[in-house]
Amino acid sequence: MAGTAVRGRLTWQVATVESLRPETASVRTIDLAVPGWAGHQAGQHLDIRLTADDGYVAERSYSIASAPGEPVMVTVERLEDGEVSPYLTEELRAGDEIEVRGPIGGYFVWDGNEAEPPVLLVAGGSGVVPFRSILRHRAAIGSAVPFRLLYSARSLPDVIYRAELDHPGDGVEVIYTLTRQQPSGWTGHSGRVTPALLGEAAWPVSRRPLAFVCGPTAFVETVAAALVDFGYPPERIKTERYGGTGATG
Amino acid sequence: MTAFDETQLSDRTLDGNAIGGQLREVFGTEMTAAVGTCASCGATAQLAETLVYLNAMGTVVRCRTCTAILLVVIKRGEVNCVDLQGLSALTTEAG
Repeated sequence: MAGTAVRGRLTWQVATVESLRPETASVRTIDLAVPGWAGHQAGQHLDIRLTADDGYVAERSYSIASAPGEPVMVTVERLEDGEVSPYLTEELRAGDEIEVRGPIGGYFVWDGNEAEPPVLLVAGGSGVVPFRSILRHRAAIGSAVPFRLLYSARSLPDVIYRAELDHPGDGVEVIYTLTRQQPSGWTGHSGRVTPALLGEAAWPVSRRPLAFVCGPTAFVETVAAALVDFGYPPERIKTERYGGTGATG
Repeated sequence: MTAFDETQLSDRTLDGNAIGGQLREVFGTEMTAAVGTCASCGATAQLAETLVYLNAMGTVVRCRTCTAILLVVIKRGEVNCVDLQGLSALTTEAG
């Protein structure tokens, strides 16, 4: 991993909002034009800094939703008591400028260099955002690594990137579980991610799978503990906790 | 002792992924994959895996094994004040 570390000073720069689109009632994707963007890895972050008229500064870290090589994109969930996310999801308009820095992170990344072992992605709510980057990267590089995404959402309308995830491509299986509300005739899974459901979705330990788990803190703890119980080596389980019920902010 | 025990795992607990930018600001390089050794219990972990608490005073990073404080960063204006006494080793030579 040392070889992937990016050296050099991380500086704030001005990005321009190119466009915005709603993903769900409380989630919005922001396309950013970032001059001189150094490029990112699938799973990396971007910090966003907002400065109020009175000089008050708030910074938050967001997962990048686009694949390496694509324009920078973040997907933000509105948190009711958030300082930053209500502005990003409700006030921000195309043409606005915001301060960003990145890319950030070298732990929760998938570069596609590992050829064989299958990959398990487990997402809670907006924890699916870095997985969009990873899945798009997989498609872009023509990887044949088998992927499964187990995605826990409150209801079908709360599923982020649904149009994309419903057609995930060869070698990628997407399994939804809806925790609060299921449409009539729903034949998928219902309720939270349990060890039993995880047992159905998880690759057998004998295949040396790699797991990425991203979501609210309690969700990640539960899933990671269950995977360890299944015999997944802890170093093969990458975790990222958003805190709260969604993104950190 | 304080009435509020932040080491009780809660929705406010983040992990080291959330402070990748701040760590890079302090250390000048990517640090979420760096491996730290807890000075209290000797456990080693990548910084991404640590318990992270963000509060008005600053950033507190704790050991996931024993919850001892590993690292504290307090920002005063443009200056980061960093306390590393809870780490007995920190290396970016991660495997």
